[in-house]
Amino acid sequence: MFRTLFAKEFREQWRTRKLIVFMAVFLTTGIISPVLAKYTPEILKSIPNLPAGLADFIPAATAADSLAQYLKNTAQFGILLVILLTMGVMAQEKERGTAAMLLTKPVSRSAVIFAKWLTGMIILLAGLLVDGLACLAYTVVLFEPLPFIAFWKLNLLLFVYLGVYLTVALMASTLARSQAIAAGGAFGGLSVLLILGSIPRLSEYMPGQLASWGSSLVLKGDSTAWPALGVAVGIIVLALVIACMRFEHEEI
Amino acid sequence: MIRIENFVKTYGSVRALDGLSLNVKPGVVYGFLGRNGAGKTTCMRILSGLARPDSGRAWIRGKEIGQPGSDVRSLIGVLPEEPVFYGWMTPREYLRDFIAPLYNIRGQVAAQRADELLEIVGLKEAANRRIGGFSRGMRQRMGLAQALVHRPPVLLLDEPVSALDPAGRKEVLELIETLRGQTTILLSTHILADVERVCDVVGIIAKGSLIVQSRRDDLLARYVTPLFEIESDNGFGHWLEWVEKQDFVTNVTVSAHTARVLVKDVHMAQKPLLESLASESLSVRRFEMVHPSLEDVFLRLTRKEA
Repeated sequence: MFRTLFAKEFREQWRTRKLIVFMAVFLTTGIISPVLAKYTPEILKSIPNLPAGLADFIPAATAADSLAQYLKNTAQFGILLVILLTMGVMAQEKERGTAAMLLTKPVSRSAVIFAKWLTGMIILLAGLLVDGLACLAYTVVLFEPLPFIAFWKLNLLLFVYLGVYLTVALMASTLARSQAIAAGGAFGGLSVLLILGSIPRLSEYMPGQLASWGSSLVLKGDSTAWPALGVAVGIIVLALVIACMRFEHEEI
Repeated sequence: MIRIENFVKTYGSVRALDGLSLNVKPGVVYGFLGRNGAGKTTCMRILSGLARPDSGRAWIRGKEIGQPGSDVRSLIGVLPEEPVFYGWMTPREYLRDFIAPLYNIRGQVAAQRADELLEIVGLKEAANRRIGGFSRGMRQRMGLAQALVHRPPVLLLDEPVSALDPAGRKEVLELIETLRGQTTILLSTHILADVERVCDVVGIIAKGSLIVQSRRDDLLARYVTPLFEIESDNGFGHWLEWVEKQDFVTNVTVSAHTARVLVKDVHMAQKPLLESLASESLSVRRFEMVHPSLEDVFLRLTRKEA
């Protein structure tokens, strides 16, 4: 039963072109990050009538700049993408009536949620793989190789970080009865997490720290963020449990 | 096969079901009749597992609905009033790759069953078209196909022919008739002619409770006053005086050349009426027993409840 639900979700992402758009954006992010890092100083230097000597103060770009761009772009576009990908998945089924059609069949409601979640997470993982490979390749060409293992550890942390937003968006979609409310809920969840992450004493426990930890891994720093990882996994589990419990008791 | 005991369901201040109880025997086509808002769809939704009653219990094939470990959904096929599908799928994909595997029907068996059903519901030609472009009638046929995939012993059909053209309606009703005896069907509809045609038993629901449940013919016999219409070219003369005195006659009205004779029992009245008309040498142009209509019964009973 789960296999059937999962296959349907995956096929839906493919047939409705969402998967292609998702991959294309991640691929573009992976390519554009090192390119921007490399050529931003060049572009600045080429501005006409630049005060004499200023160009000498613009430092040459390095692989570290490429990594910084990658982190920033992947986190920003990634959050938007996972929310857009996920926020309608449950609400749309309820709004259109396909959920009612499905739930008259012998399927577990939690399995329906879990199939959607797993599909989203696998697509996210694939997106980060494409994103990371593109970034690695362009960084090698334009700069120097990045530490391979550390780079993929960073991506694993990004996966958990973006997974938090994906799962919160799925929860919002399950709690809502319409896509508009689901969108509001998903972006509301994003705002709450971002606000909490900006509070100094709380920030070290928030998922946003995972990106800093990943960056430190690649740049051979020594900072870790195990509490943030624990909180991120905790949010994912909690959001999934809330979504399943709500859907189990919901009248469709 | 289907037993409902005292279903109560409220939505805010609206009491959608108010102590509904009914019993559908195996193999029967049960016509579930009621005006809009009477509670038919709410009842169907509870039986389908989409909603829960505030109180009351129900069993399908002995399994109680809503109890842990007692999932009745593999026993039922459900056609909602407005079936909806994933528009990006084709009917063949939907039946073969999605619905059939949910009932553990896979591979060649699923493919054969999908093709067989598409043929039955008249969608074979559209088997590889996207469902998103289907008309309402096509979606309703598709809805019937998905309800039949696993050959369920119980079918819950909510307005199964309301969106179909006359030819489509005829085909679907014929299909329902072929299932009689093997499948128990609870059919909700507002098209009384369809109920008269396919249903063995009729239940009429008003304000959330069942007001009548009876075999269709018994219902018609019980609630529709038997009536003879007699048309004579040369009037009725003394015959009218005679007929009004008969015990089996409840009322006589005459307009122009037509007499309408209401009787207590059609079979008892038919012979003496014919004999008396012949003995009076009336020039009878028409002697007809007016067929009782379920619509009359339905309107009379639901109006009384309202």
